[in-house]
Formats: sequence, structure tokens, C-alpha cells
Amino acid sequence: MIKAENVSKWFDGQRILYDINATFETGKTNLIIGQSGSGKTVFMKCLIGLLHPEEGQILYDGRAIRNMNNDERRQLRTEIGMLFQGSALFDNETVLGNVMFPLKMFSPLSHAGQLERARFCIDRVGLSNADNKYPSEISGGMQKRVAIARAIALNPKYLFCDEPNSGLDPKTSILIDELLSDITHEYGMTTIINTHDMNSVLGIGENIVFINRGHCDWTGNDKTIFRSKSQSLNDFVFASKLFQEVKLVLEREAESNGK
Amino acid sequence: MIVSSIKTFGKYCMFMTQVFRIPDKWRVFFSNLLFEINKLGVDSIPLVLIISLFIGAVICIQMTLNIVSPLIPSYSTGLATREILLLEFSSTMMCLILAGKVGSNIASEIGTMRVTEQIDAMDIMGINSANYIVMPKILGFVLFVPVLCVFSMFFGLVGGWFIAEFTSMLTVENYIFGIQSFFNEWYVWYGIIKTVVFAFLITSIAAFYGYYVKGGALEVGKASTNAVVSSSILILLADVILTKLLLE
Repeated sequence: MIKAENVSKWFDGQRILYDINATFETGKTNLIIGQSGSGKTVFMKCLIGLLHPEEGQILYDGRAIRNMNNDERRQLRTEIGMLFQGSALFDNETVLGNVMFPLKMFSPLSHAGQLERARFCIDRVGLSNADNKYPSEISGGMQKRVAIARAIALNPKYLFCDEPNSGLDPKTSILIDELLSDITHEYGMTTIINTHDMNSVLGIGENIVFINRGHCDWTGNDKTIFRSKSQSLNDFVFASKLFQEVKLVLEREAESNGK
Repeated sequence: MIVSSIKTFGKYCMFMTQVFRIPDKWRVFFSNLLFEINKLGVDSIPLVLIISLFIGAVICIQMTLNIVSPLIPSYSTGLATREILLLEFSSTMMCLILAGKVGSNIASEIGTMRVTEQIDAMDIMGINSANYIVMPKILGFVLFVPVLCVFSMFFGLVGGWFIAEFTSMLTVENYIFGIQSFFNEWYVWYGIIKTVVFAFLITSIAAFYGYYVKGGALEVGKASTNAVVSSSILILLADVILTKLLLE
């Protein structure tokens, strides 16, 4: 479990995050949602430890990042997997080389063991035929899957995903969401996904934190999101025409139930 | 201007303290080191050979055409060609050329890794990205550059020999006698010491500019240009200092 307690962040005197409190549960897909520029990426970077909040603290299973020494931080890093928005695959390595990379650096396994583990991860994301291809030779969706395979290679306890569906078609986005959800439940990881894709919210939003202008305006899940009283969340959720239609249907349902 | 230069120098020193740490895995480090020696050093051999051969030939022609006094012995052409190659061309001029090739290669490669979040990916994995990416490049080039320097000296002299052999400007005997006359072995070491220092400047400055790129493709291009300009200026500055220290 990861907990953010009263997290505040400033850049050049400008406050970006305001006393954010949030809990991200183990074995669940936790989503951070919000408009572009709302501060969700900054919040995620604070959670990972790439940025240090000026106020508040981040706790990993009760361990505060700010109280950790270098060795403890280094240990924590090996427990974290990260899927970047642009995949961040190493251009000069093949698919296999990319997945092997964290194993090569940290795994106590023999070379044969590392190879077996890497192939298992590649198979798990459904890319068994792309072992020897370079990132430039595969599609965006495949790159995301390679990045997921690399992120889970060391069996991380915590998985962070920064907009995993950006630049993907709806069908591939659903595949990636399902893969992330399956992996989370299979390995009991604490998965945190940064997204503004409503399909993801409805598909895998087991625990949702809504960030608006640096404030945590709402927390809930995919079942309760449509019934929220938060105006800022409703503005975000019902921004698209499709969801405006959904809103009308929900309102009609509510009216008929009232009658 | 002065304050920002001091700040940049401080940032560079901090960066170097990150770079020169004990590698996470020695086996991976040596594998990367060999890869960089091949990429930055061995791949530069053709460029060094071609340039040295032609410049050696041109220096020889220039010396023959300009040293026309009957008071100056005819072997002076070979002697002057050798001294120019050993003292300046094969170290300073060659490194200025390599600053363009190797420096821009390193700055653009690391800059691209930065803007595509590959460096962030390493940091999150708990890898010292500066050490992992940059140290093999610096050490690889520094270790191999003396070979390039000696190759450049040798092929520059071969270029001069071609002029003696295939033109009637001077005789081969005179040229060979010239390049053997008054030979001072220290000049070879002087050239090698200079190239080692220049190689460090080229690789570390290019890596510094690439590592701290912010933005996108445009900034990577700017970083690459800045790396070449800065390392070229610093090579010339270091040349003056080293010449004063080593030849006086």
C-alpha cells in the first residue's frame, strides 16, 4: 500500500499540489485522473520519489521515503516498475534486451535463468514472436507491452503507469488496460495508473483519485464515479458527448425511480 | 555571464562526481566499455587515416613550396612536416575534428535518451544513469585516443612520403632523412598526453550537455552544437596550458 499524506509541491514559488491525501491499495488498479495540467504527473513523480514534496510525506507500506537512507532508497527502486508515457524503451536493445536489462543489473539469477524469466515476461504480454525486434520495428501498442514486460521483470511490488493509453487506438487501449489489471491481480501489486482516459476509468478503476488544480477533489471507484456530487469531477467526467448522453440516461433513470 | 559560467562549472563538477562512481555491475561495465571503444574509437580510425594522409601530404607540399632559400637544407621539408604533425596536428587538430564527430554523437545520443525518458527509466530502476551511460564513453575514448594519435602521426608522415614518391617536388631520400633528423621522442609523448586530456574534455562536456537536455528534438540539436563549440574552445585553451607546461 502506498499512502500520500498532506503532500504539497511548489515550483519557483508557484504551488502545484495542495495537501493531497490519498491511499493506493495493494492488489488493486489505482487510478489518478484529472485534466491536463491538473498536477497529476507531478503528484505521480512525488509518489515515485523523482520529485520531493516540500510538505507532507509518501509512505510505502509504512516506510516514509524521506526517512530512507541511500541503500533503502536503492532497495525500494528495485521494488518499483514503471511504464512511461512514451514507453522509454532502449533504442539500441532488442525487445529481449530491453526486458533483460533490469534482470542483468539486479537479478541474482544466472544468465540462463535471466533469459528464462525475460522470455516468460515477454510471453505474458503476448509478444513471444518479437524477441529479436528493435523498438523502432514494432508498433506503439507492442512497445507499451514490451515496457510492461520490462516493468514486471523483477516482480515489482509497486507498478506505476504514466498515461499507458496515450497515442493508442481504443481497441489496443482496452488490451493494455486488461493486461495491467490482470497483472496487478495475478501478482498482487500496488498499481498506480495516471490517466485521463474515461474508458480506463470505467474498465479498471477499482480505486480512483481525482486531482483538480492541484487539489484532491474526490476519491472513489468506477461504480461511484457517476454519482459523485463533486462539480469539478462531473465537469471532467461528462466533458465528452458520449458521457453527456450517459448523464441524461442516468438523470432519466433517477427521475423515473423518484416517481 | 560570469555567475552563470561558475554555476555551469559547478553543475559539471557535480555531474562528474555522479559519473565516476563504482559501477553497479563490473561485467556490464566492461561490456559497455568495449562497445564504446569500438563505437567511439575504432569507428573513428578511417576518418583519422584519411584526414591525416591528406593533411600530411598538404603540409609536405606547403613546406616544399615555401622553404626555398638555398641556405636551408633540403631535408628541412621532412623535418618541418614531422614537427607539425607530432606537435600540433595529430593531437590538437585531430581532436578538434573528433570533437565534431564524437562530441556530437555523444551529446545527441544522451540527449535523445533524456527526452525519450530512457534516462528516467534507468533512474527509477535504481541505476546510477550518469555512471552507467557516461563512464564507459569517457574511459573508452580516453583509452583508445592514444592509438588514434599514433595512427594520425604515422599516416600524416605517409602522406608526405606519397608527395616525395609520386611528384618531383622533393626526393624520397631527403624526405626520409628529414623525418629522421633531430628526432625528440618526448614530442610523441607530448602529443599523446594532450590527446588524452582533449579526449576527456570532448566526452565529458558532450555527455554533460546531453544529460541535462530539457525539451525535445530542437534542444537535442542545440545541446549537440553547444557541446562541440564548448569542447573546441576548451581544447584550444587546454592546448595553450599544456604546451606551456610540457614543452617549456
